[in-house]
Amino acid sequence: MTEHFAAPTTLDAALALLAADPAARAVAGGTDLVVAARQGRRPLPPSIVAIDRIPELAGAGIDADGSLVLGALVSHAWIASDAAIARSWTALADASAIVGSPATRATGTLGGNLMNASPAAETTAPLVVLDGTVSLRGPAGSERAIAVADLATGPGRTAARAGELLGSVRIPAPASRSGSAYIRLEYRRAMEIAVVGAAVAVTLTSDGAGIAAARVALTAVAPTVVRAPAAEAELTGTVVGWAAFHAAGGAAAASAQPIDDVRASADYRRAMIAVVVARAAAAAIERAAGRPLAVPASRWAPAVDH
Amino acid sequence: MSAELELTVDGIRLRALVTDPSRSLLRVLRDDLGRTGPKEGCDDSECGACMVLVDGRPVNACSFLALQAAGRAITTVEGLAGPDGELSPLQRAFVEGGGIQCGFCTPGMLISATALLAADPDPGDDAIRDALAGNLCRCTGYQPIIAAVRRAAAETAGLTARRD
Repeated sequence: MTEHFAAPTTLDAALALLAADPAARAVAGGTDLVVAARQGRRPLPPSIVAIDRIPELAGAGIDADGSLVLGALVSHAWIASDAAIARSWTALADASAIVGSPATRATGTLGGNLMNASPAAETTAPLVVLDGTVSLRGPAGSERAIAVADLATGPGRTAARAGELLGSVRIPAPASRSGSAYIRLEYRRAMEIAVVGAAVAVTLTSDGAGIAAARVALTAVAPTVVRAPAAEAELTGTVVGWAAFHAAGGAAAASAQPIDDVRASADYRRAMIAVVVARAAAAAIERAAGRPLAVPASRWAPAVDH
Repeated sequence: MSAELELTVDGIRLRALVTDPSRSLLRVLRDDLGRTGPKEGCDDSECGACMVLVDGRPVNACSFLALQAAGRAITTVEGLAGPDGELSPLQRAFVEGGGIQCGFCTPGMLISATALLAADPDPGDDAIRDALAGNLCRCTGYQPIIAAVRRAAAETAGLTARRD
């Protein structure tokens, strides 16, 4: 039973409320916390701190060094419609554009998606390959940065300490001749959660024929979103083409440790991770080469070429 | 705890006493404020029958905490018609085109489509399908609903063109 509710309008007030009551939980859009309670999966906490009216958490912009900085309250709908994100941090747009339904995207926030720490969270893998970091704000003005790759420590668990809130996400400016894409396997186009997913970010060599650098992250194949170093090695230093994309997919499948559940068997997930990695690599290359490939890549990227 | 919630519903400022902070906006609208247009279908954000606009954004009211709506402007299906009761072009297109059968999903469909046309007055079929992706209908097979949105958009565009 929820006994307390507060809706502070400053970050300091929110942090003080969270520090004063260890059982309190922050809620922004409520698309995870409240929906989980409605579904009977997890009751609402005894004390709720609504953070959706805190302007310090709502900003978005590009810093002097070209980094994209997104406040925790930035919605998926905003991310999916922003021209700069579509151009330079495209995998993130691919992810936010396919979260839930239009209502989920209008209400659900980037900070909530990350702090919910689902192994199937859509925005995590894109932020991992784009080298994102989060700023965790704590009581008495504390602030520390942590890589998105290190934020989730297990399903529903994060490295945030008691009383810490995610303040913002910072993503560095991409190198020239680079591109990124996120692709998920989905059974339907709406109100869906990734069966498996993959984000790939690549940088092409100066002649555009080779891959100078690559990062790969996998969704819903482990207790957290994970990097796939073996897949990255198959892409880096190779000639652009489906041979490299398939090799990366095979390496990712070999390294993944998916589970059986109601949505898919482990074997099926392993087979499909090879496909989504190859497709995401091909889509990221298209964008790195300056050829348009619309958001979301899950819908518009070419099928695998055997 | 108990908190007084003040919000605007379909242009009318209303107050409700909320004694349970976990109470949803849908329960307050239906049980406390008598606005029974938004429906409870699944009660966990899957079906969209409870959809309302909160400051213009589509929201599943079943899974939105009522207290988070304090001071916000809520639009339900009952707020879509004109002050004299004249149906909106979208509502008329649903009625005339068979976009309604049992009617249970209709309030949510109309809210989602209203949000779409406010953002994009001339949507293609893909955009219409995307906008209605969070609204389930078990009667119509969706085609008459999509056609109704297309027709309302065309009708509104025609009126605008004539005015120009």
